[in-house]
Amino acid sequence: MIDYRVDDDGIAIVTWNNPDSPVNTLTDASLAAYETAMDRALADTAVRGIVVTSAKRDFIAGADVHNFLAARSVQELEARSRRASALIRRLETAGKPLVAAINGTALGGGLEITLGCHHRIAADNPKTRLGLPEVTLGVLPGAGGTQRLPRLIGIRAAVPLMAEGKRLPVADALKAGIVHAVVPADQLIDQARAWILAGGEALQPWDRKGFRLPGGDLTHPGLQEFMSVVIAKVHERTAGNYPAPLNILSCVYEGTGSPIDAGLDIESRYFGVTAATVQAENLIRSGFLALNDARKLKARPKDVPKAEFRKVGVLGAGLMGSGIAHACASAGLETVLLDREQALAERGKAHAEKLLGREVERGRLDADGRAAVLARITPTADYATLAGCELVIEAVFEQREIKAEATRRTAEATGPDVLFGSNTSTLPITGLAEHWPRPDNFIGLHFFSPVHRMALVEVIRGRQTSDACLAQALDFVARIGKTPVVVNDSRGFFTSRVFTTYFEEGMALLAEGVAPALIENAGRQTGMPLGPLAVADEVALDLLHKVITQTRADLGSAYTAPASAPVIELFVEKLGRVGKKAGKGFYDYADGQRRLWPGLAEQFPVAATQPDVAAVKQRLLHIQALEAMRCLDQGVVGSTTDADVASLLGWGFPPWTGGVLSYVDTVGLDRFVAECESLAAHAGDRFAPPDSLSKLAGSGRSLRDAR
Amino acid sequence: MPEAFIYDAVRTPRGRGKPDGALHQVPPIRLATTVLNALRDRLELDTAHVDDVVLGVVSPVGEQGSNIARVAALEANYAETVAGVQINRFCASGLEAVNMAAGQIMAGQSDLVVGGGVESMSRIPMSAAGGAWYADPQVAFHSHYVPQGISADLIATLYGYSRADVDAYAAQSQARAAQAWEEKRFARAVIPVHAVDGAVLLDHDEHRRPGTTVESLASLPAAFEKFGAEYGFDAVALQRYPQLERIEHVHHAGNSSGIVDGAAAVLVGSREAGERLGLKPRARIRGFASIGTEPTIMLTGPAPATQKALKRAGMSPADIDLYEVNEAFAAVVLRFADLVGVPMDKINVNGGAIALGHPLGATGAMLLATVLDELERRDLATGLVTLCIGAGMGTATIIERL
Repeated sequence: MIDYRVDDDGIAIVTWNNPDSPVNTLTDASLAAYETAMDRALADTAVRGIVVTSAKRDFIAGADVHNFLAARSVQELEARSRRASALIRRLETAGKPLVAAINGTALGGGLEITLGCHHRIAADNPKTRLGLPEVTLGVLPGAGGTQRLPRLIGIRAAVPLMAEGKRLPVADALKAGIVHAVVPADQLIDQARAWILAGGEALQPWDRKGFRLPGGDLTHPGLQEFMSVVIAKVHERTAGNYPAPLNILSCVYEGTGSPIDAGLDIESRYFGVTAATVQAENLIRSGFLALNDARKLKARPKDVPKAEFRKVGVLGAGLMGSGIAHACASAGLETVLLDREQALAERGKAHAEKLLGREVERGRLDADGRAAVLARITPTADYATLAGCELVIEAVFEQREIKAEATRRTAEATGPDVLFGSNTSTLPITGLAEHWPRPDNFIGLHFFSPVHRMALVEVIRGRQTSDACLAQALDFVARIGKTPVVVNDSRGFFTSRVFTTYFEEGMALLAEGVAPALIENAGRQTGMPLGPLAVADEVALDLLHKVITQTRADLGSAYTAPASAPVIELFVEKLGRVGKKAGKGFYDYADGQRRLWPGLAEQFPVAATQPDVAAVKQRLLHIQALEAMRCLDQGVVGSTTDADVASLLGWGFPPWTGGVLSYVDTVGLDRFVAECESLAAHAGDRFAPPDSLSKLAGSGRSLRDAR
Repeated sequence: MPEAFIYDAVRTPRGRGKPDGALHQVPPIRLATTVLNALRDRLELDTAHVDDVVLGVVSPVGEQGSNIARVAALEANYAETVAGVQINRFCASGLEAVNMAAGQIMAGQSDLVVGGGVESMSRIPMSAAGGAWYADPQVAFHSHYVPQGISADLIATLYGYSRADVDAYAAQSQARAAQAWEEKRFARAVIPVHAVDGAVLLDHDEHRRPGTTVESLASLPAAFEKFGAEYGFDAVALQRYPQLERIEHVHHAGNSSGIVDGAAAVLVGSREAGERLGLKPRARIRGFASIGTEPTIMLTGPAPATQKALKRAGMSPADIDLYEVNEAFAAVVLRFADLVGVPMDKINVNGGAIALGHPLGATGAMLLATVLDELERRDLATGLVTLCIGAGMGTATIIERL
């Protein structure tokens, strides 16, 4: 776990080296081993100083988050923080100079270990990131980070790093004063030794007599004002849904004016309180672990050999097709981008070029990289070019005939044995698969717009789709750096079907006379990226109108109109306000601004009594969870976890909830069922909880455990 | 219950609250002694009969700290038996100080008390004292803290006061203040401030901009747009007021209260104390009240404070001849007038803080002096002073001329 040696100069080299994993993490075991090694060096009178480093590519990636899920009480979590904090404090005051030789990324507890050293030297490694990103997991730096970082670089610099969880490259960390020096990797240990040999002092700045916080402490009016602004920005960003960033600010506010031991004490208390929240549990369990599992294809059929991809085809060079082509080529795949005419295919490639240009502007790609990606995209109108592809994805118009034609012509060019994926968002996969000679090799690959930003790919299994096809499709999704969720074939699949309920509910509220601004603010306050009416405008009301018409035609007497149907029909048929693309929908769009259409008041007079915002928020989230639950019951999604992941990545369901079905447990299953029953009585049958859920009420089990 | 009478009320002129303002060279302690000296000298008061000096200060730190009321009484050579206490009701501190003075009289526990306030905003800037209200993360979050300018714009948005409405009000404040000065309506209350060498530093309200029109105000940019958008405060306000799509920013330097330096003092006493010392009471304090209101919109306290004070005094809004409603921001006064149903020709008839300035700790006592002088000039009977207050409060005081 920890390698230990003492060199000829009497310098102990303490090296983190986890034998069971490619990364070092802070666990009870690794911290105990670290303590043993450090105590050995402290006790050895021949040792004059200690270099702390790592044998892995990273320094220390942070705490093992499973620790935070195992013991969920405030007391246990607080005690965990106290143990780490006390150790680091003891070491930094033990009298021997400590140097952190930071060879790679040090995050969270990893960086906190280095902050407890008297000197920090980082290897000049472009991949290294240094930061305290605990906030992204709903917790806070609990091993002294909230106290040492402000004392080291000042409150103004430290607060944004912790409240936003920023990860800095070494050059920025040097500029910020987090590390003292950046040196070539091969000189790292020597430079660390040299600092000790040159008489580096075993005294932290905050233990010096007369220490003052750089940039002033919080008795300064300017810093009080700074805090007020940071608090407002946190308030704006979190809408009260996330306690962690605010509690980080409190650690700074309450702790930095005192001696550091008092500050550490305050931090540990806040750590316990924060880590014990349901938000922390959700962000760790769903936002971190479940997403990682999905990325690593935990659900992939195991017995199918991993598929390799070199060349893929994309049919249709519109916004989606060119976005998919950009993703494939960026991942190193030869990509054929095909459209009816060469010019259309070229235009699709130009779109990819534009996206690459933005990456260059942001410094994520250099000119050579851009040229290489572009060279991998071959625009064409000739199906013969598809020969040799391992996978072809169609992203042509959402019309069965057009899709059938493209599918057939592809089969002629490639033969039947390549994988065929359809990016349809509405048409059942099983029906489309009939046009491919081997329906077992046909699968839905539902990308989201804009493709370059949306991490999710909904992988839709048709009735005949084989395990091998599924496994290979998952390999492909992982290959291009996206995250798959497998769903079964049904109308709207999972993502569209559930997401739709959000803005449909918004429209239902509007029709009831709820003030439009209240609906929109409530939507945003839940943590959804946009208010429901704004979303409806983005999706386009004429499209929703088409879906309603199509569904009514398909289902006949089995069709029940959604609560939003009258609103959609009014806007499309009478008002001609079809959404953002037309510059007018629920909002007016002009000069890059979105303003609620003043005419709404005339169409939907605002009722004299308005619900409070909590009631509106409840409707907008509960309705989605109910639809997701029905999907789970119908086998559209296989697990609550899949539903959670799809909701987090597919439509930005608020992460504090843990995802659309974890939300039920977050509310509390019994309470959720009772609230739905009450809503069903007042707002409509659509809120009636499914039997599967009602049956669980009172059982004491969570939905996550039961399903 | 003994009644509390006002025997006199004085104030300094208001100096522009900047380093080039005429009163900037004067430490706040000397602003305070200026008005304490004036009270004593005008009334030929034997200060041994004064029980207490209550002074309001909003930023009681540095040279305004350490209980400036007691120190000012000593420095003004009041008898050493005169106690002193500094209080802070934010923007209503000066009025609250008078109310507390009156309260001591009414309770029969004191005979003569000075109430007043002082603030040198040019020397001790606003917010110099800090506070948990906006800097403690939990507190600011729970209370949905926003700066007052955002609150004022929130009032305007919520109740539909346009930029033209608030600018018209501001121009009227300037015009009324100009006329008041031309006609020397403030002459009785204003005590010029002298330098150590005896030179007169200021004998008039320095912040005024006579000739201001709606047109001339139109060019001023809204002051709180950046605070609202970039610093997140609009979003915080909207989380409390989710029925609004956005905050309309209409306030700016020209329709908000001016930052100034100044002090004021009011001598309050029982009937018997006045008779004993041969003092003639100018007015009786009919009643007063303070009240808490929603803290994010913050500045809507004057109406409920007024209603509370009127109720306690057994009066109705129509019973009041003249109102002084502190012009913290134009929308505050417009909202007050609408809610209480008071015509504009009874409110701030000599202008207000938009034209004259708002020396935070002193303003309430200054307004009391202003309304008392004007009641006498117009030969009217009743006046009400009210101010909006940080963190969502209002204070109101009703006086009746004798």
